[in-house]
Amino acid sequence: MGSWDSLLLHPTTVGGKLLLMVIAIAVFALVMAVVLALADRLGRFPGWVTALVFLFPVLGLVCFGLIYPALVTIKNSFFDATSDKFVGFANFATVLTGSEFLITLRNTLAWVLLVPLLATGIGLVYAVLVDRARVERFAKTLIFMPMAISMVGASLIWKFVYNDRVGILSRCYVTVAGWFGNEDAQAPHWLMNAPWNTFFLMVIMIWIQAGFAMTVLSASIKAIPDDIVEAGRLDGLTGVKMFRYVTVPMIRPSLVVVMTTVAMTALKAFDIVRTMQGGHFHASVVANDFYTWSFNNHDAGIGGALAVLLFVIVVPVIAYNVNQLKKAEDIR
Amino acid sequence: MTVATVPAPPAGTGKNPAPRSGRAARARRNLTSPWASVVALGIGLIWSVPTLGLFVTSFRARKDISQTGWWDALKPQNWGQFSLNNYQTVLSGGGTSDLSDYFINSVVMTLPAVVIPIFLALLAAYAFAWIPFRGSNILFVGLFALQVVPIQVAMVPLLRSYVDMGLNASFWVLWLSHAMFGLPLATFLLHNFMKDIPRSLVEAARVDGAGHVTIFFKVIAPLMVPAVASFAIFQFLWVWNDLLVALAFGGNTPDLAPITARLADMAGSLGDRWHVLSAGAFVAMIVPVAVFLALQRYFVRGLLAGSVKG
Repeated sequence: MGSWDSLLLHPTTVGGKLLLMVIAIAVFALVMAVVLALADRLGRFPGWVTALVFLFPVLGLVCFGLIYPALVTIKNSFFDATSDKFVGFANFATVLTGSEFLITLRNTLAWVLLVPLLATGIGLVYAVLVDRARVERFAKTLIFMPMAISMVGASLIWKFVYNDRVGILSRCYVTVAGWFGNEDAQAPHWLMNAPWNTFFLMVIMIWIQAGFAMTVLSASIKAIPDDIVEAGRLDGLTGVKMFRYVTVPMIRPSLVVVMTTVAMTALKAFDIVRTMQGGHFHASVVANDFYTWSFNNHDAGIGGALAVLLFVIVVPVIAYNVNQLKKAEDIR
Repeated sequence: MTVATVPAPPAGTGKNPAPRSGRAARARRNLTSPWASVVALGIGLIWSVPTLGLFVTSFRARKDISQTGWWDALKPQNWGQFSLNNYQTVLSGGGTSDLSDYFINSVVMTLPAVVIPIFLALLAAYAFAWIPFRGSNILFVGLFALQVVPIQVAMVPLLRSYVDMGLNASFWVLWLSHAMFGLPLATFLLHNFMKDIPRSLVEAARVDGAGHVTIFFKVIAPLMVPAVASFAIFQFLWVWNDLLVALAFGGNTPDLAPITARLADMAGSLGDRWHVLSAGAFVAMIVPVAVFLALQRYFVRGLLAGSVKG
């Protein structure tokens, strides 16, 4: 048992871990081989049998890892902390009437609305500015880079922006205050004073997501047919007007998709809030509360209720997205 | 679903280069004034300042970091302060500041978590694209719709299942979870590329008597390389940078926790260890940034394919 355990479940040495990694990949390569071999022998059976063989690994894992647990979570949200006793809507009542919760909900809505708007806005303006410029590639990489960095890494980076003493934003604040004659100005505690601390946390997410928006929108701008641009030009459109009456309407579907994707990322993410300041000082979001209740307080009821709420907030975002895309199709 | 977010340029432009060098092209060039480039570069530089700050910090000594701002080190008279000590501390080990174990964990966690969903999603995408069966469309849309379910909804019961199976606190839990959460996107992306493979190619192979295995490896697989690459980058960045799954399922032990979990932990309980933390953060960033820059082209292609949804 001991040696099997350390080989297949809990390796502690570097070599053991790497070996287990190779074993895991081999196991799933074998699964793939078995599926393919099996499918080839099913030639006489109807199509759906063969299809089922191909689909079985994905459907099985998705049922085990997403659908079944999601249903259990919904059930748990109507039970007590240890999921033993049915409590009806009590968890939702606790969550919704909690003194902090309205603030958390307000913060979450701010994240879901403002982050996509600002990230997409910045990304769009940037995409237009660098379009066909000589420095396009380099300029794009500068904005794009934060996407490769983890939100934890981004949070650490931004600690050196917001820190009271050694943060560059605080330093800039003091310097600018000095120009206006206020020699001994103190920088505010950026991350402690609600509601502005939520805004300063959102800036980090915008910093990450603007690159995503810029990339997708830049590709859409390049796909606008030349003759449409020329037609606008012949009608005397230039600069801002061209942007307003030609560029934006032409890439509207992409704008909607980008905003929705960013909104969903902003809704689910809790890394920034947790790493920057732990969700204190009235800056928490629903995803962070979910984590605290589920894994620190071990309350499956309240945690479940928060997860269900998270899902409920997603629904209108999706509905809006689908609706907008339908409209775009009708126009076409 | 079928809306092409990023329409392909009209077919004519490729064959007929004349309009490109014509008035329209000139009109477009006129739109990009040098001022626009200057403004863009300005924004780009502001965007890079935070990262630069951490980068400079990672070369500074412990006492300097907490006493003066990082911009102080940029003054020529302070250049002597720079050293590689922090990186040495981080990489060479030495008690509590050792991040190399966690770095290995990240590697061991990430590779199978990227490869497994690719294997399985290739099979599923093949079935959806090339085996006609009743309910194929409904099943596909249902799978696609799962992308929007926040993974938080699944986590607690999933953890219980793992405990019941005796798998908890092992790499298997991390691999399986990341694979499962990545499968809807993987199937969707790979299917989008796979259905564009010309039907005649597959039909020709069938007429020649090829079975699923031959078609899969000889016809489909070689053409799928770009699509697989683009999903692989997505999944790689997601898994390497993830904190939620790592914290919820992995705990925070040196045997299992990836580097993000360790960094988040250190950032929370931070005393005067900024020097280790900043160097560690950079070590953790190097891998995804390098992969990202090297394969940027595929990543962008994936973004564009991925944005064709609704």
